[in-house]
Amino acid sequence: MLAVIGVSSVDELFEQIPGPLRLGRPLELPAGMSEAEVYERLAGLAARNADAEAEVTFLGAGMYDHYVPAIVDAITSRSEFLTPYTPYQPEISQGGLQVMFEFQTAMSELTGLPVSNAGLYEGPSSVASAGYLAMGATKRRKFVVSRGVHPHSRETLATYSVGYGAEVVEVGLAGGVTDAAALAAAVDGETAAVILQSPNFLGAVEDVEALGAAAKEHGALLVVACDPMTLGILKPPGECGADIALGEGQPLGNRLDFGGPSFGFFCSTEAQIRRMPGRIAGETEDVDGRRGFVLALQTREQHIRREKATNNICTAQALNALGAMVHLAWLGREGFRDLGELLVRRTAYARERLAAVDGVELLHDAPVVREFAVRLDAPVDRVLDRVAEHGIAAGYALGREYSEYDDALLVAITERRTREQIDALAEALGAAVAEGRGEKLPDSGSKSPQGATERVVA
Amino acid sequence: MQRERATTIYEKSKAGRRAAVLPDAGVPETPIEDLIPANLLRAEPPNLPEVAEPEIVRHYNRLSRRNFDLDSGFYPLGSCTMKHNPRLNERVAALPGHARLHPAQDPRRAQGALELMYLLQASLAEICGLPSVSLQPSAGSHGELAGLLLTRAYHADRGEVRTKVLAPDTSHGTNPASVTMAGYEVVKVATNQRGGVDMDDLRAKIEEDPSQIACLMLTNPNTLGLFDENIEEIAGLIHSAGGTLYYDGANLNAIMGRTRPGDMGFDIVHLNLHKSFSQPHGGGGPGAGPIAVSERIEPFLPRPQVVRREGAGGHGPRFDLDFDRPKSIGRLRGFQGNFGVFVRSYAYILSLGADGLTEASETAVLNANYLKARLAAGRAGERLPIAFDRHCMHEFVLSGRPMKKELGLATLDLAKRLLDFGFHPPTVYFPLLVDEALMVEPTETETKESLDAFADAVEEILAEAETDPEVAKNAPYSTPVRRLDEVRATRKPVVRQPLG
Repeated sequence: MLAVIGVSSVDELFEQIPGPLRLGRPLELPAGMSEAEVYERLAGLAARNADAEAEVTFLGAGMYDHYVPAIVDAITSRSEFLTPYTPYQPEISQGGLQVMFEFQTAMSELTGLPVSNAGLYEGPSSVASAGYLAMGATKRRKFVVSRGVHPHSRETLATYSVGYGAEVVEVGLAGGVTDAAALAAAVDGETAAVILQSPNFLGAVEDVEALGAAAKEHGALLVVACDPMTLGILKPPGECGADIALGEGQPLGNRLDFGGPSFGFFCSTEAQIRRMPGRIAGETEDVDGRRGFVLALQTREQHIRREKATNNICTAQALNALGAMVHLAWLGREGFRDLGELLVRRTAYARERLAAVDGVELLHDAPVVREFAVRLDAPVDRVLDRVAEHGIAAGYALGREYSEYDDALLVAITERRTREQIDALAEALGAAVAEGRGEKLPDSGSKSPQGATERVVA
Repeated sequence: MQRERATTIYEKSKAGRRAAVLPDAGVPETPIEDLIPANLLRAEPPNLPEVAEPEIVRHYNRLSRRNFDLDSGFYPLGSCTMKHNPRLNERVAALPGHARLHPAQDPRRAQGALELMYLLQASLAEICGLPSVSLQPSAGSHGELAGLLLTRAYHADRGEVRTKVLAPDTSHGTNPASVTMAGYEVVKVATNQRGGVDMDDLRAKIEEDPSQIACLMLTNPNTLGLFDENIEEIAGLIHSAGGTLYYDGANLNAIMGRTRPGDMGFDIVHLNLHKSFSQPHGGGGPGAGPIAVSERIEPFLPRPQVVRREGAGGHGPRFDLDFDRPKSIGRLRGFQGNFGVFVRSYAYILSLGADGLTEASETAVLNANYLKARLAAGRAGERLPIAFDRHCMHEFVLSGRPMKKELGLATLDLAKRLLDFGFHPPTVYFPLLVDEALMVEPTETETKESLDAFADAVEEILAEAETDPEVAKNAPYSTPVRRLDEVRATRKPVVRQPLG
C-alpha cells in the first residue's frame, strides 16, 4: 500500500502536522484489553449501580421504568437499523425512511397535531427548540413558562435563551397546577410562546385548553410538553389548542440508560411545518412510479441552508424512534389505551394507599395519571435512605428542584409496579416516616428559589 | 435488497388485532371518569396500528432489508467515519446495571455509572490534550452550540460583548447553523490554494475589528481531509484578538495519538462518539458530542459535572454530580447525557488502548491515501481529479467537474451507479467549495481488498460511461426503489399517512 501511495512509511503521511504539534509519546491510556477483559471490567462497574432490576423503583421525574417488549430489542439490534448513517441516499435507505414516516404518523395521532418530525435529541432540548421556533414564527423574544414544566426543560430553555437572546418568565403553581391568573397576567403582546407541561412535573394533569386561552389572546404559540404514555387517556394537546406538542420519548420503547439516549418528539400545526427542527420523512415516488420515502423539506436544514437553517440539529435519534414505533405497534390502539387505564388505576390506588399512611399527605389533589406527589412529616433524604434498605427506591425528592417542596416526594407508577410492591412501599414509608418524625428538616437556605442548585448527596 | 411495493404498518392493521398482553391492574376497576374529569380525557384511543406480533416482526424485518448498512458493505461516507461497531459494546451497554439504571438514582447508588463517566472524561481529555470534559451534549451540533455558549459566557465574564464567529467556507453546515442559534453572526473565511485557511483573508477579517471576534470554528484536518499547516499561527491570531478557538471534532479519527487539538491551541473541542469512538449511527442517531475545554473555559461548563471526591479516613474515592458551578452556562438537556453511548465508547477505548487508538488513526490515514492513489492511477485521475493534490489525512475530496463536462455524468450519477455495485457512495456535493464534490472516507475498518474493489467499481463505471453515459444517468436499477422525486417531497410534503 505504501508503494502505491509512493511513501516509505506511514509516518511520512503525518509529516503535514508541524513538528512541534506532534505528540511524540504514547497516549497516557491503558494498553488495549481482550474482549473478555473489557466485559469483566464493565460488568464490574455495572454491578456498582442499583438498577431497576436490583431494586423496586418508584423513580420517575421524566423517565420511567416501563416494560420494553422483547421484539423492540430484536428489531433495534438488527444491523440494518443499527449501523447505517442518516438516510442521505434514499434508494438504499427505504427501511429507515419508512420507519420515520410511520413514527411521524403515530406521533401525530398521539398528539392530535398534523405534522411530526422524525425525532430530536430528548425532551428538554426539544422545549428549547420550540422556543427557537416560536421566536421565528412570532418575531418576539419572551417565553412564559409554567413552573410545572420539567426543571431540566426550564433550565435548558434558559441556557439556550442566553444564546438566541430571549427572556424567560416563570409562572408558579397553585394547588399542584399552573396558577391560571398569574399566567394570564404574565402573557402579553411580547410573548412568543406559552410553555406548559401536562401532566406537569408534580404529576398533575393541567387544563391545557383553559390555560392556553391566554396564548391565543395575545398571538403567542402554545407549546405543550407531554408524557407520550399518558396520551392514550388524556385529551391530545392538538385538541386543546396546542401549536406545538413535544416531549421526552423514553417511556416508549426505550431503556432508562441512566438518562439517555432516548428521543424527543416534536409535533406542530401545518402552519409551522417549514420552521420545524430536525429530520422529516416524506412520501414520494420513484421514476417508475413506485412508492418511496425521502427526507422532506431539507431546505430547512443546516446541510443546505447553513446559517439560515431553522435549527442546527442533524440527529433524529432514529434508532430510539424505531424502538418507540415497535413498542407502539406492539401495544396497538386498544393496548395503548388499556395500558393508560392501568396506569391511572394503579396510580390512584398507590396515591390513596400512601395518603393513608400516618405522616404522609398529598401535596396536591389535582387529577393524575401515573405520578403523584406527597408530603412527608420527616426529612425526605433520611426517609429515602431508610426505605432503600428494603430494596425500594421510594421516589424523587422534590426538594432537589423545588425549595418550596422540600418535604415532598414524587412517586411514579408503571405497569411493572405491582399492587404488592405498592403495599410494600407504603409499609416501608410509614415505618421510615414514623422513625424520622420530629427530626428537624435540614436547613434549605442554601438552595436558590429557582431550585437551580441541586443538593449533593453526601 | 427487498423490492416489493412499500406497505406501511398502518396498511397491515385490522381492527381488533393486537400483540400486547398486559398484566391485570390488580386494583379496583374504578371508572376512569371518576379519577380524571371528563373534559381532560380523550374521546377515542389514538389510531395506532392493530397488528399481531408475528406481523410486526415480519414487517420490520422486511423494512430492514430495504436498508443498506455498514455491516453489509463499504460505506465511505466522508466526514461520517463509518467504522465498525463492535458488538461487545452492545452487550455491555445492555447490562441491567447500565440499561435499567434510573437517571435520578441517588449518586451514592450509581457509583459504577459515575465512575465510568469520570473515566471516559479523563480518557477524552488525554486524547484531546485538554484538562476538562463535559459529556452532556447529545451530538456534534449540540457540542457546537455548547462551545459557542461557553464562548459567550467566557467573554461576558470578562465584561466583553463580541458578535462575530469566523468559520472557513469548507466548514460543516452545522457550524454556521449553530452560530446563528447562539446569537452570533457568521463571517466566512476563504480557503487558500493548498486547501487550508487563507491567512490573508483571516487577518483581514480579524483586523476589521478584533474586539468583535468571539471565536473561530475550525475542523483540522478540515473537510478536504487536509491538515492545516498554519494552525499555530491561526491560533496565535485568534488568541491575540481575544477570541476562542473551537475544534469541530468530526475528523478526530485522523489524528488520535498523533497530535492533539489542545496542543494546537484549541480552547473547546467537540468529539463525535458516534464517529471516532464506534457508537453505531443507528440510521441517524443516537450519538453523543462531549466537549473538552481549556482551563479558562472550564468554569463555564454545563452542569452537572461528574466529579471524583477523594475519600478520607481510609475510604476510597467517591464519584458525584457537581451542581455547585456558579459560572456554568447551565443545562443543555435532561439528566446526565447519553449514558448508553458513553458505555459503548468507553468499552471501545478500553479495547483499543493507547496503541490501538493511534493505530486506528494511522490505518485510517493509510487507507485514505491508498484509495486516493488507486483512484488517481485509473480513469478517475483524469475524470475525478483530487481537489487539492497532496497527501490527505483520513479522507479526501475529488471533483467530478471533468467527468461532468466530458462524459455528461454528474457526481450524483456516479453515486447512484455505485449503489448498483453494492457500495454506499461517498458524501456528495460537500464541501461546497469544490465543484461536483465527492468526499471519500474509508476508515481503518476496511481491508486493502475492499478498497481495491471500490476503486475497481469507480473505474468500471467511468469506462461504462465512456461508451454509454445513459446507464449511470438512470441508475440505480437494483435497489428497492429507483431515483426518487425529492422536489415533490418538499413542494407538496406528505409527512404522515392519512388515516380513515
